[in-house]
Amino acid sequence: MTTATPPLPLDPVYERRALVQASARQSLGRRTFVSRFMLGVCMFALVLASSILVWIMYLLVSKGLHAWSTAFFTQVPMTPTVSHPNNVGGVSNGIVGAIVIDALAVAMSVPIGVLGGLLLAETDNPFARVVRTTSEVMTGLPSIIFGLFVYEVLIIKYKIGFSGIAGSVALCILMIPVIMKGSEVAFRAVPNSLREAGYSLGMSKGSVARHVVTPSATPGLLTAVLLATSRAVGETAPLLFVIGNTYIVQWNPTKEQISLPLQIYTFFLDGISPATVATLWGNALLLVVVVLFLNMGSRMLSAFLQRERH
Amino acid sequence: MYWGVLYGAAIVFAFICIALLLTLVLQSLPAWRHSGAGLFTGSTWDPTNKQYGALPLIAGTLETAAIALLFAVPIGIAVALCVVHLVPARLRVPFSSFVEMLAAVPSVVYGIVGVLFLAPWCQNVFYPWLNSVTHNFVLFSNVTSGDSTLLAGMVLFVMVLPTIMALSRDAIAAVPKDQIEAALSVGATKWQTLYRVVLPNARAGITGAVTLASARALGETIAVSMVIGGAFGISSSLLGQGNTIAATIASSWDDSTTLTKSELVALALVLVTMTAFVNFVGRRLVARSTQGATL
Repeated sequence: MTTATPPLPLDPVYERRALVQASARQSLGRRTFVSRFMLGVCMFALVLASSILVWIMYLLVSKGLHAWSTAFFTQVPMTPTVSHPNNVGGVSNGIVGAIVIDALAVAMSVPIGVLGGLLLAETDNPFARVVRTTSEVMTGLPSIIFGLFVYEVLIIKYKIGFSGIAGSVALCILMIPVIMKGSEVAFRAVPNSLREAGYSLGMSKGSVARHVVTPSATPGLLTAVLLATSRAVGETAPLLFVIGNTYIVQWNPTKEQISLPLQIYTFFLDGISPATVATLWGNALLLVVVVLFLNMGSRMLSAFLQRERH
Repeated sequence: MYWGVLYGAAIVFAFICIALLLTLVLQSLPAWRHSGAGLFTGSTWDPTNKQYGALPLIAGTLETAAIALLFAVPIGIAVALCVVHLVPARLRVPFSSFVEMLAAVPSVVYGIVGVLFLAPWCQNVFYPWLNSVTHNFVLFSNVTSGDSTLLAGMVLFVMVLPTIMALSRDAIAAVPKDQIEAALSVGATKWQTLYRVVLPNARAGITGAVTLASARALGETIAVSMVIGGAFGISSSLLGQGNTIAATIASSWDDSTTLTKSELVALALVLVTMTAFVNFVGRRLVARSTQGATL
């Protein structure tokens, strides 16, 4: 037989628990929704940001690649004539100028930057600290300042005239802080035990630096130099006031030269015509390819170094 | 000998820096004598009548940098959060190098893309639309050409985005794991953890990132000078042509008189002081955050 148990009075604790659980479910639902939504917004930002480079590259390749003919690399810019309306020439003068100016800038900035970086890695006195801070601040200065400086000193004061070498000096000032920073990091990464092994053999500080530290830091130094070069190759502003212009292939850096990035700017200042626009895109594409190549080289080298170390 | 060579290299560098600063100060003396504080307060820039008021240029510099940061800060931080916490580990490096490589693209290339592609699009499509949607609101009135303050700001946005992304990413990655796990263990959702725990912990580094990015935005020269139009007046509309300090130096240097050049050097000195200060502060903040001293 069954006896009907009288219904228990509801326990207020159970009631509270049910209430809390309901409100927790509600809150979790709301919070999960907000979370999913905001994470979605973030992912959208990621897709947007990483598609910018793709879009720029697509634009440059689709508009500039067909300008890459033999003439583009071997001729100087030409004014189209009535009989040859498509004869716009090429940018060989800019390519040669860029090679000469950038090579000289690298040649001047590497010794100062690498040796300065070695000093910063080996000592920590007030002078080194001031140099380190100054060089860090220098990397963020607007690059046109270096052009102004070189103009005022070399062109006006020492009257060397508009020339490729003046541009190299401006780029060199821009590159030194970048190389200095990178080589300081590279030299610091050399294990102290290597240095001590050298000293224990009776080597002097100088020969340890030359025969032990530098070989071990070489890949890191190369990373720094590549990074600085990739920055210098693309710079227009420091060259703007100091290298002049030329419409012939000029290998001599003491004469007026023209460099790829400045050539783009000059094309722009001279007014873009339908005939020159293809050359302009081709020039921009060439510049981006060279710069990204150097930059990626530096990036891959440093990623490789990090893998080696761990 | 050893130390002599090392100190020699550092001294050459230090000498260049001092010479740079001295040159700017000395060459700008005639300008300070001529205009004095009027350089900052005057609103007419008219070299032919020797009137040098750089207020429009200073305003334009700040305006374009502000527009760039307005877009780059939220997007840059969102991308940094994604790269560290949302994207699978395998895709982390490709995604962040894709954004970082935007910093390597030469500024003259941004300029040419702006001139040949974005400016016509802005003039024909974007600005008329913006103008009509906002019912000719004063900031978006008076569409004349594609070259404008807003376009310069948008180009700068792309240029400073990698700086903000890369440095915030490092700061976000340096947030201690136990903080994140503690938040998750008390039932915070992923977004709550990111917003309430990760971002506040990385605040110093992110502030530093924004500071360094603003230095880049203030000093950018070539790309801005190509797309900003180059008008020397204060325009209330962002769609009007404007100018910045650096762009003015680049575009008007070659055909300037000695006095005008000196005024331009004075402006360059102002720009150097501003960016050097901003850089110094930003680097301090970034260094503090990656050392984990914020806790």
